[in-house]
Amino acid sequence: MDILPILSTLRRHKLTSWLLVLEIALTCAIVCNAVFLIGQRLQRMDMPSGVAEHELLQIQVADVTTPSNPYARLAEDVAVLRHVPGVLSVASSNQVPFGNSSSNGNIRLDPAQPERTLNATTYFGENLVPTLGTRLVSGRDLQSDDFVDVETAMKGLGNGDSKSLPHVTLITRTLAERLWPGQNPLGRIIYLTPVVGLRVVGVVDSLVRPNAYDTAKAQYTMIVPLRMGASKDQSYLIRTRPEDRASVLAAALAALKKADPQRVVTTQRSFDEVRRRFFQDDRAMAGMLVGVIAALLIVTALGIVGLASFWVAQRRRTIGVRRALGATRGNILHYFQTENFVLATFGIALGMVLAYGINLFLMSHYELPRLPGAYFPVGAVLLWLIGQVAVLGPALRAAAVPPVVATRSV
Amino acid sequence: MNATEQLKMFAYYLDLALRSLRRNRALTMLMVLAIALGIGASMTTLTVLHVLSGDPLPGKSAQLYYPQVDPQDIKGMYPSKEPPDQLTLIDGLNLLHAARADHQALMTGGSVPLQPEQSSLDPFYVEARYTTADFFSMFDAPFLYGHGWTEADGEAKAREVVIAKSLNDKLFAGANSVGRTLRMAGTSFRVVGVLDSWQPNPHFYDLNTGSYAYGEQVFLPLQTMLELRLDRGGSTDCWGNGGGGVGSILPSDDCVWLQFWVQLDSPAKAAAYKEFLAHYSQDQKALGRFQRAPNVRLRSVMQWLDYQMVVPDDVRLQNGLAFGFLLVCLVNTVGLMLAKFMRRAAELGVRRALGASRRALFAQLLIESGVVGLVGGIGGLLLAMFGLWLVRQRPSDYAALAHLDLSMLFTTFVLAVCATLLAGLLPAWRACQIAPALQLKSN
Repeated sequence: MDILPILSTLRRHKLTSWLLVLEIALTCAIVCNAVFLIGQRLQRMDMPSGVAEHELLQIQVADVTTPSNPYARLAEDVAVLRHVPGVLSVASSNQVPFGNSSSNGNIRLDPAQPERTLNATTYFGENLVPTLGTRLVSGRDLQSDDFVDVETAMKGLGNGDSKSLPHVTLITRTLAERLWPGQNPLGRIIYLTPVVGLRVVGVVDSLVRPNAYDTAKAQYTMIVPLRMGASKDQSYLIRTRPEDRASVLAAALAALKKADPQRVVTTQRSFDEVRRRFFQDDRAMAGMLVGVIAALLIVTALGIVGLASFWVAQRRRTIGVRRALGATRGNILHYFQTENFVLATFGIALGMVLAYGINLFLMSHYELPRLPGAYFPVGAVLLWLIGQVAVLGPALRAAAVPPVVATRSV
Repeated sequence: MNATEQLKMFAYYLDLALRSLRRNRALTMLMVLAIALGIGASMTTLTVLHVLSGDPLPGKSAQLYYPQVDPQDIKGMYPSKEPPDQLTLIDGLNLLHAARADHQALMTGGSVPLQPEQSSLDPFYVEARYTTADFFSMFDAPFLYGHGWTEADGEAKAREVVIAKSLNDKLFAGANSVGRTLRMAGTSFRVVGVLDSWQPNPHFYDLNTGSYAYGEQVFLPLQTMLELRLDRGGSTDCWGNGGGGVGSILPSDDCVWLQFWVQLDSPAKAAAYKEFLAHYSQDQKALGRFQRAPNVRLRSVMQWLDYQMVVPDDVRLQNGLAFGFLLVCLVNTVGLMLAKFMRRAAELGVRRALGASRRALFAQLLIESGVVGLVGGIGGLLLAMFGLWLVRQRPSDYAALAHLDLSMLFTTFVLAVCATLLAGLLPAWRACQIAPALQLKSN
């Protein structure tokens, strides 16, 4: 098909053609970026936690009056939970993966260092490694004689008495690799404050922080042997078989209530819910982006249908003349299809530039990475397809114009 | 032309426009739908943005300021040079007792267990604000019954409480509960006041609790909380050998965990207060408490919300996206309208040849596009209401706030009509360029 007559026709409808090109370009640019944003969100929602999510339950209970010995209270609760049928393992923790609320520390490798090396999250609690199901890749797990009561530690911190402070820690593989690339982390010291130096005794495969907002820093995690007392901020973590979760949760709550009917259950959920809640905004955003893409493509497609219908109606006589001079239906059909393809190509080319510009703007305002080149052909193919589908109806109508139209005046 | 004639011409053009729109029903529907979708989407997101970036205390917020000083050691916890977002207890009490502002309140949050007298109700936790006496008058908190506690009561660690209307409804069936007793965390408190519905959005005075749709149900004197060691929530940041506190241990002196607000009635007073903060820092440095050179800030409510970037990024992104969508819808409408007007070149040519001026044709075509804009605007408004309903179904904390207010309603209409008139301008102008004779000849 010869493209020159098409171009000369379009030149006669310059303004309308340019508007269509502009519409396709804007749609292409927005769609490219929106698809990219969806990809980012989906990738984020897939962030690994490093724990056996389908086997874990979280419970938080709060006492109406502070117990006289919170440590004994916590130990009793853990013992009660261990005896619930179906419970495989129980831990207590000050925070949970993807739980939002977190305790964090500024790490220094030398206590005299002026700026922190990085900020890592600190899990405090006993029996965390086996209960969470994270794998120990080297060294040893924390032992009960590593643990220090948190109030003792706080007092020690206040008066600089290092004997009443914890001395060891577990860290994730990512954190070890970040602090000492390519070296053995075991035996190295991490300083949380000038007097709190923690020796790395073990490395776990993976454990995500509760406040995993930045994917790059999501695995900067330490487990510190601080023994926490029972309080409303403390979580009981229960490991069980996936199919037993509902019944074990109910039985565990009943057992805790039986131990003390006066207390209030503030949290009771499976880890699937923890994850769902943590990423709920990402899911909502991805859903909205899908909606915007669909709406954009529909509006653009309808716009193409509308304009093509006009052109076909306007050129009925010309089409009739061409048919009378020997053009086949196929020729006419291809003419309109090619015309749309040419317009779409211009639009896509302009759209790519725009997409790149929008991405640059987003990068500077929303800490987004650069749009990978792979998204450009996706946008192009999508718009070519939409254009061809939209123009098919009007083009077929054009092809159906009989040659006899040429002989009619007006 | 006098006014009556003009009105007649307007009615005539309106009639022409409606006829023309009726002739291409599918196309008219398409243009109206595109406008409605664009307006609906952009108004939904604009309303959310408007609600979230609103002034929590209109008329009052300009006099309220958030002082910040920098008590960190030389190493510090933040790599940036901004002072911490909160105050230590010592600095908070010092600034409170200095009383250099027209009003001032020191505060923090937490949640306390409440044991209702009625045995039918299980104990439950309520969100609490621990603060000093000026809180209520400074933030214009409306009282339904009673009043706040006095400064003297606060300093005396009085067991007094102000409760929110929702809690009063729950516990006392909405009756005047002043003088009644409330048992919280094992201690009896006397109700001295009941607030009417009050929930500033954003929750500007403490953003650590979540920025939107958060409201405390009990308000207690800060000094009472310090004595009873009631539960603390929110954020605690420490440096050096500071410990964040746990259970009955308060955060150490190397930790910031309190918010402090002051009311300063004139810009001159604000400038003087900032001076005072610098002097205070200098004095503390001389005493050896502060290590850094004076590093103070005094932000007003709106400056503070801006600095804390309280509006979620996603909301801004959605708004940008929706306006991009509106732009595509408008370009779409311009294209269709242009095609439509050009197709009627013959008709317009005849009208021109019969003596209609270019201005008259232009007016006629603009009225036609205005009608599309108006109908699209109404459709957009309905879609925006539906869109906001969708937003309210979302789990975000701000979701419940997404309602159309009068000013946004007005904005929607103005936006819709302006957008389509603008969209009609180019096609109408282009169509009016037609030479009358040429059009008659070609047919």
